[in-house]
Amino acid sequence: MTGYYFFNHKEIITQQYPDVKQELPERFRGEVVMTHDEKNEHRCTGCTACELACPNATIKIVTKQELQPDGKKKKALDTFVYHLELCTMCNLCIVACPTDAIKMAQTFEHSVFDRNQLTKKLNAPGSKLMEGVE
Amino acid sequence: MQYEEVATTQDGNLVINVGPQHPATHGVMHLVITMNGETILNVEPHLGYIHRSIEKMCESLSYRQFIYSTSRMDYLSSHINNHGCALAVEKGLQIEVPERAKVIRILMDELTRIASHVLWWGAMAMDVGALTPFFHAFRERELINDIMEETCGARLTMNYMVPGGVMTDLHPNFVKKVKDFVAFFRTKIDEYDTLVTYNVIFQGRMKGVGVISAEDAVSFGCTGPVLRACGVKSDIRKLAPYDGYAQLNFEEPLETAGDSYARYLVRMRELRESLSIIDQLIDNIPEGEFQAKTKAVLKLPKGEFYSRVETARGEFGVYIISEGGLTPYRIHFRSPGFANLSCLNHIAKGQKIGDLVAMMGTLDLVIPDIDR
Amino acid sequence: MISLEHISQSIHEALSASLNSTLVLLIEMAIAGVLVISLFAVLGLVLVFMERKVSAYMQIRLGPNRVGYKGFAQTAADTLKLLIKEGLTPDGADKFLFNLAPLLVIVVAMLIMAPIAFTKGFQLWDINIGVLYVSAVSSVGVIGILMAGWASNNKYSLLGAMRSGAQIVSYELSAGLSVITIVILVGSLGINDIIESQRNGWWIFKGHVPVLISFVIFVIAVTAETNRAPFDLAEAESELTAGFHTEYSGMRFALFFLAEYVNIFIVCAIGATLFFGGWMPFHIGSWEAFNHVMDFIPGIVWFFGKVFALIFLIMWFRWTFPRLRVDQLLNLEWKYLLPIAMFNLLLTTVMAITGFYFK
Repeated sequence: MTGYYFFNHKEIITQQYPDVKQELPERFRGEVVMTHDEKNEHRCTGCTACELACPNATIKIVTKQELQPDGKKKKALDTFVYHLELCTMCNLCIVACPTDAIKMAQTFEHSVFDRNQLTKKLNAPGSKLMEGVE
Repeated sequence: MQYEEVATTQDGNLVINVGPQHPATHGVMHLVITMNGETILNVEPHLGYIHRSIEKMCESLSYRQFIYSTSRMDYLSSHINNHGCALAVEKGLQIEVPERAKVIRILMDELTRIASHVLWWGAMAMDVGALTPFFHAFRERELINDIMEETCGARLTMNYMVPGGVMTDLHPNFVKKVKDFVAFFRTKIDEYDTLVTYNVIFQGRMKGVGVISAEDAVSFGCTGPVLRACGVKSDIRKLAPYDGYAQLNFEEPLETAGDSYARYLVRMRELRESLSIIDQLIDNIPEGEFQAKTKAVLKLPKGEFYSRVETARGEFGVYIISEGGLTPYRIHFRSPGFANLSCLNHIAKGQKIGDLVAMMGTLDLVIPDIDR
Repeated sequence: MISLEHISQSIHEALSASLNSTLVLLIEMAIAGVLVISLFAVLGLVLVFMERKVSAYMQIRLGPNRVGYKGFAQTAADTLKLLIKEGLTPDGADKFLFNLAPLLVIVVAMLIMAPIAFTKGFQLWDINIGVLYVSAVSSVGVIGILMAGWASNNKYSLLGAMRSGAQIVSYELSAGLSVITIVILVGSLGINDIIESQRNGWWIFKGHVPVLISFVIFVIAVTAETNRAPFDLAEAESELTAGFHTEYSGMRFALFFLAEYVNIFIVCAIGATLFFGGWMPFHIGSWEAFNHVMDFIPGIVWFFGKVFALIFLIMWFRWTFPRLRVDQLLNLEWKYLLPIAMFNLLLTTVMAITGFYFK
């Protein structure tokens, strides 16, 4: 039995990791990212549904009051603070978001030397809310 | 915890620690063993090294949020644990789960059961001394993990069951991949049998080792394959079927000897039964919703709700006491490992130290399950 | 065809032409010593690497393949690491015995190298009781293990050492008895005589059933003697104790480790010599043409080929079978192997007397 495996090298399933990186499926839960389109706009309205859904306070949303073109003040997203060191990748925030603003990326190499690098701001600088998203 | 001074010799017997860090797998468990020469006189487990107060944490989480923590208790049957929690919440809210979701849940459960038993087999072989089957076991587990990864997104702690159904729909590749896996695995179980089950040395190490009688097993509260190896019918999927198991056609493997080899054989037969369940379902997954429509915020009415499922280790129970608020008043998880561990002292008396490893292996203990 | 006996002859003649005979002896001893030690080192390197690769391929994975070209420098890196590690001595340990144990084991391994014939004329000491010498000296190795266990001041090491001592002493008997069957057929204990008698065919083919049985017993006994799986409870990782060499680190551990692998080489060399003809090529009776063709491959290649085939067999056992419990192991020896070996001895004697074997 083991002799069979010794002589059949094609059965080896080791993936030589740093040389050969495997493609991960699209639903793989790596870390949470916010999608931005080409015009650097995102879809997050700052409704804090994800913050309420998260089991261990990984997401903190800071909102600000923004002046709309028609003169009214509306609540909008200022920063989306995401603590990668606390995240359990349980997917509850993605499910809770009503506007599909966040999704899971397929990155898995999260180790850093400095813990502060794990607290991420998910909305890119200078980006604003896409038109027509409620 | 009050720590007594453990002397090195007591009445001329040797007291040794099978310390929290094991060379074998199973997790962090501390056993204090009193032996006379090579014979074991007393085994005292000291637990709590991986206690994370999950039950207390769940008192501050809502009914959708607490499910992810059960994945981390018995991480080898994480889907089944999540299933138990979802069932308890659905019982409280009287939610009706759609057919498609039920079938998906059963498929995921059985795949998890196969993965857990395969890893148990590999670890068991490694404890007894044969180091090769461990790698073969992981090859199969990788295939199952890949299937899970495509649909659920995670390989080990899948948080996929929600109260009302499952979180997302199946990936289009799911059916084909599962069918390929089933065909592949059928040949592999025969290989496992050739390599391990019929090996004279294995049988010599496991037959007659760690015998427990049916009455003792029932009085200790053992469930799962441990109890089935003594001849007692105890499969929750047959006794109190949930989520569509009542319509399926599968057998409950029973053995009568009650020793380690019987427990081993029960689990190998359970592998084949799981394959037959998957075969019955994989071609007829009903169309429909994968999740029942529920309110965004779940509030259980005042009362107590209990649900039980059959994990790979035994009976897992979820007991929720609700005062009508957003978070439960108290959640308790009845873990199968705790009861299975309690019979270790009884069956280890009089055996040799080399048998201890075989016994712990066949009891299939996962320590995070024991200290939640 | 370059043959090593010519080289050794020519060196001897060159030296004795210019210097007096005592000096020649000393110089040759020095050369032989250097060769043996370098053989040890190279063997250790090669065997450890072979073990890791063999085990890896059997476990459907790749072995070490990053250090050096395809991983060949792995053992060199490991040895370097072991050498520069701190050699801790536990507090209550008996310092003298603690330091002496690995030395003893290595010295025993070196001593047994003496009568092994690598090729014609390339033998350190053709003692006329060759096989008996090997058996006797390998028994001294048990003392090294027991010393290691006792001097470590660690009850787990002591347990492991006790078990190992019992195991080795028991399996010596079966190994010895299976060796004696060959001795009966040959009529002499000397290694060179045994090899010469296989000029027309190896013993495993010439003496049929009894020699086959004794070969099987020999292989089992010898895996038990060198503490290899499936009899490796002295160093088992999944049992409680890590065995008699728990407390050793650094250079001393390297010596134990090396000694184990060299022991495997030695017992496989003995097995190859007794059963498969040592450096004798594969001759079949009186097929002259065939024998002539076989002679083209030099003796040393035959020798190492056979030894490595046997080593592969022993490594294959390790990764296929689970471990035996200690009472089952001793059971196996005293209740099964020893009676079979004794009966086999009787059978061989009858066969030798009646001449019922291929001559």
